[in-house]
Amino acid sequence: MTNHWVDIKNADLVLIMGGNAAEAHPCGFKWVIEAKKHGSAKLIVVDPRFTRSASVADFYAPIRTGTDIAFLGGIINYLLTNDKIQHEYVKAYTDFSFLVNEKYDFDNGLFSGYNPEKRNYDKSSWSYQFGADGYVKSDPTLEDPRCVYQLMKKHYSRYTPEMVEKICGTPKAQFLKVAEMMATTAAPDRAMTIMYALGWTQHSQGTQMIRTGAMLQLLLGNIGVSGGGMNALRGHSNIQGLTDLGLLSNLLPGYLTLPGEKEIDYKAYIAARASKPLRPNQMSYWQNYEKFHVSLMKAWYGDAAKAENNWCFDWLPKLDKLHDVLQVFEDMYQGRMNGYVCQGFNPLAAFPNKGKLGAALAKLKYLVIIDPLATETSEFWRNFGEYNEVDSSKIQTTVFRLPSTCFAEEDGALVNSGRWLQWHWKAAEPPGEAKADTAIIAGLFQRIKAMYKADGGAFPDPVLNLTWPYRIPDQPASEELAREYSGKALVDLTDPKDASKVIRKAGEQLDGFAQLRDDGSTASGCWIFSGSWTQAGNLMARRDNADPWGNGQTLNWAWSWPANRRILYNRASSDPSGKPYNPKRKLVWWNGSAWTGSDVPDFKPDSSPADGMGPFIMNPEGVARFFAVDKMAEGPFPEHYEPFETPIGSNPLNTNPAAVSNPAARVFKGDMEAFGKAQDFPYAATTYRLTEHFHYWTKHCAINAILQPDQFIEIGEELAGEKGIRTGDKVKVRSNRGQIRAVAVVTKRLVALNVNGKKVHHVGIPIHWGFKGVARMGFLSNTLTPFVGDANAQTPEFKSFLVNLEKL
Amino acid sequence: MALQSLDIKNRSATTTPTPQARSTVEVAKLIDVSTCIGCKACQAACMEWNDIRDEVGSCSGVYDNPTNLTENSWTVMRFSEIEEQGKLEWLIRKDGCMHCADPGCLKACPSPGAIVQYANGIVDFHEENCIGCGYCITGCPFDVPRISKKDNKAYKCTLCSDRVAVNQGPACVKACPTGALQFGSKEDMKDYAQERIADLKERGFDKAGLYDPPGVGGTHVMYVLHHADRPQLYSGLPQDPQISPLVAIWKGATKPLAALALGLVALGSLFHYVIKGPNEVSKETEAEVEKEDAA
Amino acid sequence: MQVDRRQFFKICASGLGGSSIAMMGFSPTVALAEVRNFKLAHASETRNTCPYCSVSCGVLIYSMGDRAKNAHSSIIHIEGDPDHPVNRGTLCPKGAALLDFVHSPNRLKYPEVREAGSSEWKRISWDEAFSRVAKLMKADRDANFIAKNADGVPVNRWLSTGFLAASASSNESGYITHKLVRSLGIIAFDNQARV
Repeated sequence: MTNHWVDIKNADLVLIMGGNAAEAHPCGFKWVIEAKKHGSAKLIVVDPRFTRSASVADFYAPIRTGTDIAFLGGIINYLLTNDKIQHEYVKAYTDFSFLVNEKYDFDNGLFSGYNPEKRNYDKSSWSYQFGADGYVKSDPTLEDPRCVYQLMKKHYSRYTPEMVEKICGTPKAQFLKVAEMMATTAAPDRAMTIMYALGWTQHSQGTQMIRTGAMLQLLLGNIGVSGGGMNALRGHSNIQGLTDLGLLSNLLPGYLTLPGEKEIDYKAYIAARASKPLRPNQMSYWQNYEKFHVSLMKAWYGDAAKAENNWCFDWLPKLDKLHDVLQVFEDMYQGRMNGYVCQGFNPLAAFPNKGKLGAALAKLKYLVIIDPLATETSEFWRNFGEYNEVDSSKIQTTVFRLPSTCFAEEDGALVNSGRWLQWHWKAAEPPGEAKADTAIIAGLFQRIKAMYKADGGAFPDPVLNLTWPYRIPDQPASEELAREYSGKALVDLTDPKDASKVIRKAGEQLDGFAQLRDDGSTASGCWIFSGSWTQAGNLMARRDNADPWGNGQTLNWAWSWPANRRILYNRASSDPSGKPYNPKRKLVWWNGSAWTGSDVPDFKPDSSPADGMGPFIMNPEGVARFFAVDKMAEGPFPEHYEPFETPIGSNPLNTNPAAVSNPAARVFKGDMEAFGKAQDFPYAATTYRLTEHFHYWTKHCAINAILQPDQFIEIGEELAGEKGIRTGDKVKVRSNRGQIRAVAVVTKRLVALNVNGKKVHHVGIPIHWGFKGVARMGFLSNTLTPFVGDANAQTPEFKSFLVNLEKL
Repeated sequence: MALQSLDIKNRSATTTPTPQARSTVEVAKLIDVSTCIGCKACQAACMEWNDIRDEVGSCSGVYDNPTNLTENSWTVMRFSEIEEQGKLEWLIRKDGCMHCADPGCLKACPSPGAIVQYANGIVDFHEENCIGCGYCITGCPFDVPRISKKDNKAYKCTLCSDRVAVNQGPACVKACPTGALQFGSKEDMKDYAQERIADLKERGFDKAGLYDPPGVGGTHVMYVLHHADRPQLYSGLPQDPQISPLVAIWKGATKPLAALALGLVALGSLFHYVIKGPNEVSKETEAEVEKEDAA
Repeated sequence: MQVDRRQFFKICASGLGGSSIAMMGFSPTVALAEVRNFKLAHASETRNTCPYCSVSCGVLIYSMGDRAKNAHSSIIHIEGDPDHPVNRGTLCPKGAALLDFVHSPNRLKYPEVREAGSSEWKRISWDEAFSRVAKLMKADRDANFIAKNADGVPVNRWLSTGFLAASASSNESGYITHKLVRSLGIIAFDNQARV
C-alpha cells in the first residue's frame, strides 16, 4: 500500500476493483465503511461477481474477468478527452512533458522491438530523448507529438466507451457512471483510493492492470495524498515482510537485487543500480545503493566481507534466469530438481495445475515440509480417492514433516499491508515437540555447517563464514535477529561533517538507513528496516495509538518502513510551492525552512520548493512515470490482451494473431497445448476466496469449517436455466487440465455479459477445500487452472480461464 | 443471597417480586444491515466465546451456514437476493434472539427461573432450570429458541450476559469488523440509528428506518433497515411480531391455583407437540416433588 | 402425542411447584441463577497479531493461569485488541476463530518421515530429522553446485534444490531463512508473494 489501512477513512471515493476487500480483508474494509459513515464517501465496486463488497457499495458495475486494462484504459481516455485531470499535479509531478525516443512505436497490438520467436521485446526504443546536458528532454507546452502526454492520449484514444463495452461486457451507461464518479476526484480537495488484490495480480497481464490503475490515480492527482493511493491488499500476514526481506528468486533484502551471471564486475553491478538523476536537481535515492549493499554483506559475512574481495560479491549466487515457482515446478516436472523445502507453504494447492504439480513432486528425491498444520502437499503421495488419485508405492520421494509453531507460540514482527512492522509476543508453548521456524532453520544450518567444516564439499566459504552471533546457536532469539536486520555500527561512526563528533559508538544500533556506509563500517541485514530497533529499543513494539492530527496517522504505533513514514510520496500532497492541496487533510508541507507535518516527509527535509526537486525521489526522473520506459516486459503503456484462455478467441483491439494474449508472457513447451478453447470450454471461470476461510488453513479450524463446510461453485440464473441446474444440485466443472465436482450455488449475482457480440457466462470457483482438514473433503480447485503467469511477476493466471459445466 | 451482578426484572413461572431498588441502564444491540457484509465474524465470535460448535454441515446452494439457528448456533446470517427495477440488492441479516421487552418465551415458560429477564433488558435462559418442554419456542414470535438433542434443554443467544455483567459488549459486537453491530444503552442505540437512517436517506433509501417492533414491547436487539417498510424482504423478518395468543391463555391458567393442574397438563400437551422425544425428568425434580408431596 | 407418567409428573411439578412456593412467599432457590462467570477473570493476557491476512489485526490471547512455572499455559480464548489502530478490537470470521487454529486436531506435533514408496508416516526424533535432511541437502549441493558457468564466470549457484518460504512467519524467521538459502547458493526461492 502506498497509504495504510486507517487512511482509507480519508477517501471521498473508494474503488474496489481486482479485489474483494469486504470478504478478504474485513477489518481493513471497516475504514471504507468509516469513510462512508463519517466522510460521506461513495464506494464503487467493479467485479465479475456481485460480491459482499458490492453488497454495501453505492455503485456496482460488472466486468468480464481479465479485461480490467480495457476498462481502466477507457477511464484514462475519458479523463483525457473530457479534460478531467489534475493539471498542476501531472505537469509538475509526472513525466507528462518528457519526450520519447523517435523509434518507439505501437502498431496493431505490438510495441516496437518484438521478437516472436523468443516472445520478448528488444526494449531499446522504449526510452527518452536526451538533451546535450545529459538530461531527459521535455516540452512543458505538451504540444510535441512525442511527449508522453500526446503518446498516451493517442494510445488510449482507441479505448472508447463502446470498445470498453465490447471487451468488458460492462454496459456503456454503467461504465460512464463509474468514469464520472472518478472524474470528480481530479479536484485537488477530493481523493479516491484504489483497493486491489489478487483480482489484479493473478492474470497474464496483472502487473500492467495495476500500472493502469496507478496511471489513473496520477492523472487525478491521487497519489501521495491522504485518502488516495494505490493500495495493494496483501494476502498473508507477513507477505509484505517477506517481500521486503527479498525472499524471492532474484531479490536480496530491501529490494536490492541479485546479480545476473553477465554481471561479472562488482563496480558495474553497483553502477547499474545506483541510478544517477535523469533531470536536474533530483534526488534519485538509489544512488545510495552501495551503502545498503555493503551493509547487508557485512551483516551476513562479517569480517569475511572486505573491500579487497568486493564484500564477497562472488559469493552471491548469480542468476541465469528467473527461477520463480512456475519455472521451478516446470524444472521439477522435467526431472531437473532433487530437493525441495516447503516452509509454511502448500504448493500442491497454491500453484496452478494440480496434476502437473503432484507429478512434479513425485520426481523429487526429498521433500521437506515445515508447517504447523498437516497440508495437502505433505501428503501428496497418499491416495485420497478421487481427490488425490495416486499410487503411494510408485512415489519414491522421501518426505520429512517438521512441526513448527504458530503465531501464538512465538515472538517476532510481522509487516502489514500498510508497511507497519508490528511486534507480537508468545502466549503459550507449542504442542508436542513443535519448534519455532527460526529454531528449525538454525538446527538445519548448524548440521550442514558442521558437515562442511568436518568434510569439506562444494564451495563451503559462504556456509562457514555466514555470521551466526546468536547466544544459543540453534535457537536464535527473535530479538537478536531483529537487531541484526535493523543494523549497527561496526566501528565508531563519526559525523561526515565533523570528524571529531562520534554519532554512534561501535556496536550500537543505528538510527536508520541514512547512517549506513559503503566502507564496511556499518551492518544492516535489510536497509529499509533500518531504524526499527535503535538504541532506544524495539520501536516495532511501540503501542501508543495517539492520533494527534485526527487523520489516522499514529506515528508512535509500531514502526513503519521506510523511516517510520506512513504515506509514500507524501510530498505530492502539497503543490509545487509546498502548500497542501487539501487544507482539510494536510500531510506534509514546507514551513519556510523545512518540510513538516503529520507524517515523516518522503523527501529531502531541507529541500526548498524553489529547488524543484520532484516528489518521487526513488525515480531518477524525480517524477512518476506514465511511460514505463524499459521497466515492463510487454510495453511502456498497458495494453489490453485477452487471457490465455479467452472466451472470445480474438482481441477486439487488434487483428494481429500474435497479440491476442500477452505477447511477452512466458509459456512452457506443452503448456500452450494445454490451454482450452472456447468451443470446448465456453465459460469464463475465475477462482477466489470466501470471507469465511483463509486459503487452505482454516479448513483445519472447526468454526470456519462450520461457517462454510462444503465445496461449491457459483453460476448465474441464466446459465443455470440453460443447463437445467437448480441451486443445490451437484455439478461437474471441467477445464482442459482436470475436473472437480461441487454443489452449484445459482445466483442473481453473476450476470451474463454481452462481449464482442457474444454472450459470456462466468463460473465462480471458491478455492478453500482439499483432502486434509475438518471441513468436508473437496477438490483442490487448482486442478483446473492453467500453468501460465504474468509476464513481469510470473503470478499465475488463476483469475481467468475456461471451463465447461454439466449437471450430475 | 446478595443481589446479582445483573438485576432480575422478571423470571418465568415465578410471582415473587424482583428487587427494584437499583436503577439499571437498558442496553441494546443495534444491527445496521446497511453496513453488514455478511462475513459471519459474529457467528464465529459467538461460537468461540460461548464454547459451542455446531455440526460441520453441507452446502445447500446458498451462503447460509449453518442453515438455521440451532442449540449450538445462536446467531446465523441469512442471505437474500432481491432484484427490483433492475437493481440487485444482497440483503444480509444477522438473525438471533431479539431480547424482547415483552418476551413471549418467558411468558410461556412453565419452569421457575428457567427464563429470566434482567433489568437491563437481556432475556436469558438458565438451562439448569429448563425442563425442555419447548413452550418458549411457541412463545417466541421470531422462532429463536432451540432444544438441544444432547441434554433436551432450550438454548439461545444470551446477549453475552456474562460479558455485559462485567461491562463488556457481546462477543459478536466486539468482533464485527465494519461496526454493523453496535452495543450500548438503548437510548444511545436509537440515536445512533437515526444517524444511520439519515445517511441512508441521503443515499436514496427513502424508506430507511429502525426496526424496534412495538408488538413485543420493543426489543433489545434492533435493526436499521434500508427498507423498513418491508422487513419481510430480509429473509422473512416479521412485519408486526406478536406473542402467540396461546401464551396469553397459558399465562392466565398458570397463575392461581393448584386445582387447575390437570387443565394445565392438557394445555401443556397442546404446546408440547412442537418438540420431539420424551422429556427426561431429573432426579432433582423427582426429589423435589416428593419433598413437596411430603410437605 | 402421548403424555407418559413421568412427563405428567414433571409438568405438574414445575407448574405447581413454582407457583405454590411463590404463593407461600418464598423466593425459590432454583430461580436464583447467576449469569455465567466471566471466563477471563483470571486468565493471562498476551498481545499478538493475527497470522492470516495483511491487515494484521492486533489480538489479545488469553491463556489459563498466571504463568507460574509449573502451570501449562493453555490458550482458552482470543479476541481483538481494542487498542490496535486498525482493527480497534474487531476481528473477521477467521480471526474470531483463531482458537480453533491453535487447537486444530491437524496441528503437527512431532517430526515424521514418509520413506520412499511407503504409505505411512513414521515418527522420528528432531536429531534424526535434522541429520537426514542435512545429509540429503549436502549431498545434492555437493553433486550439483555450479561454481562457474560455461564462460568460466563464477556463478556459485545451486539449482537442484528449491525453497519456499512462509509468508505468515515472522520477519526474523524470514531473515534467517534468507541467510541460509543464499549462503547455500539457492536461487529457486520464493514465497507466497507470487500467488
